[in-house]
Amino acid sequence: MAKKEYAFYPGCSSQSKASASNYLTSVNAMCDKLDVTITEIPDWNCCGASIGYAEGGELPRLALSARNFALAETHLPGKEMVATCAACWLAQREVKERLDGSEQLLKETNEALAAAGLKYQGTTPVRHMVEVLIEDLGYDALKQPVVKPLEGIKFAGYVGCQTNRPFGIAGESFENPVYLDKLVETVGGEAVPYDQKVTCCGGALAFSEPDKSQKQIRDIVESAYDHGAEMIVTPCPLCQANVEIYQSEINKKQGTKFSMPVLYYSQLMTIAYGGSAKEAGLDGQLIKATRLEEIAKK
Amino acid sequence: MTTAMKYRNDFLGEVEKNVEEGHWVRMCMQCGVCAGSCPLGNAWAHPPQELFMMIRAGKREEVLSSDSMWMCTSCYNCIVRCPRKLPITHIMHGLANYAHRLGLAPKGQPTRETATLFWNNLIKKGRVNELTFSLALYFKDGFVQGIKNALNMQAVGLGLVKAKRLNPMELLGGHGVKDQAGFKAMIEKARQIEDRKKGFAK
Repeated sequence: MAKKEYAFYPGCSSQSKASASNYLTSVNAMCDKLDVTITEIPDWNCCGASIGYAEGGELPRLALSARNFALAETHLPGKEMVATCAACWLAQREVKERLDGSEQLLKETNEALAAAGLKYQGTTPVRHMVEVLIEDLGYDALKQPVVKPLEGIKFAGYVGCQTNRPFGIAGESFENPVYLDKLVETVGGEAVPYDQKVTCCGGALAFSEPDKSQKQIRDIVESAYDHGAEMIVTPCPLCQANVEIYQSEINKKQGTKFSMPVLYYSQLMTIAYGGSAKEAGLDGQLIKATRLEEIAKK
Repeated sequence: MTTAMKYRNDFLGEVEKNVEEGHWVRMCMQCGVCAGSCPLGNAWAHPPQELFMMIRAGKREEVLSSDSMWMCTSCYNCIVRCPRKLPITHIMHGLANYAHRLGLAPKGQPTRETATLFWNNLIKKGRVNELTFSLALYFKDGFVQGIKNALNMQAVGLGLVKAKRLNPMELLGGHGVKDQAGFKAMIEKARQIEDRKKGFAK
């Protein structure tokens, strides 16, 4: 397998001791096992996420993502950008589409970037890590390093919103994407049928509209139980955080007894590839994924 | 002449010119698929297709002071299902931003406040500081409410600290970009251009 190299945009939540630091830990381990090199874009900034619009408006938001592109183009020329966070990936793609489609916005954004001594050239495509896995490597290559198949564990593949819409993964349906289920099966797990796989967790409104968001989260967790899943797996850091963190709140308020671990695909893959619980970031789970820890110890 | 006066009789024109992706509004054919696709659909006093019709009808105050578009979770379901491919999510963001910048958005609207705190947090150092963002959220309604909120979420917060997913030391600074001066100059310039274009310039 030829070695793959990318300009890596980890995003705020993946930084050390941030809410998705265990995502980054497992992505690093997974990429090691797959011989994929990810080089962090020097001095990258926040993408503005999906909530930045209210105060940030249009052009300041375009400038945020354009700066990341410009830094990648300057320091890691010729390498495609890869993001692990759904919101980071979405913001970068949206901004690229906007700038490549409007000379006016391109001119204005570059005027802003010039104040930081940078220029957006539009030469760098942005990919989600999932695209790198299934398009650049392919399911067969992802299966080869499996030494500890996750046999007998049932997963609900929770795709969520922003890796699925509006761009999504090529060839997948918006209403019923199957790549996550296929990834689960590739590492030997069982993907249960799951009717909430593209339901919104509330996103950033988990902070501002907790009751409305927790209703969404309850549906997502309840359906995973109803379909016999033992764990939820997701590609999105905000989905992971919301669906894991608020289970205890929902239990407290509504008398449910939720205790469903919520994992990243990269954690499943790291364990299946023989990585340790620590390398898979399992110590970062609030709701422990005990059965994965057991497999890791074997 | 103020922005309001200039467009008094043409709110659609104002939206087309000043609201992000606002030029799409007249393409809506009122099918309502967006309303039926929204995860928070029943929380909207005026679902997107209704807002679009109100814009065409010139209902400026009602649209801009509505809290409907603040219910958008950015799930993009409306975009992928819209038969005319209107970028509805972006138009909702654009309307919310426009109402916010004009000072017409509902005061104390929780998503408006959260979004403002989030943006101010991220532009301070170029990267989000999750700890100071959470604390600012808890304490936005005053000190007493802040302590209550913090105590309510104490178990979750301590769990996150223990799992190394929240760092108390972020209070002392935390993550940020190295080129602070360049980053701030860029944001300021972008804001200047935007304010000039959209009539926010003072």
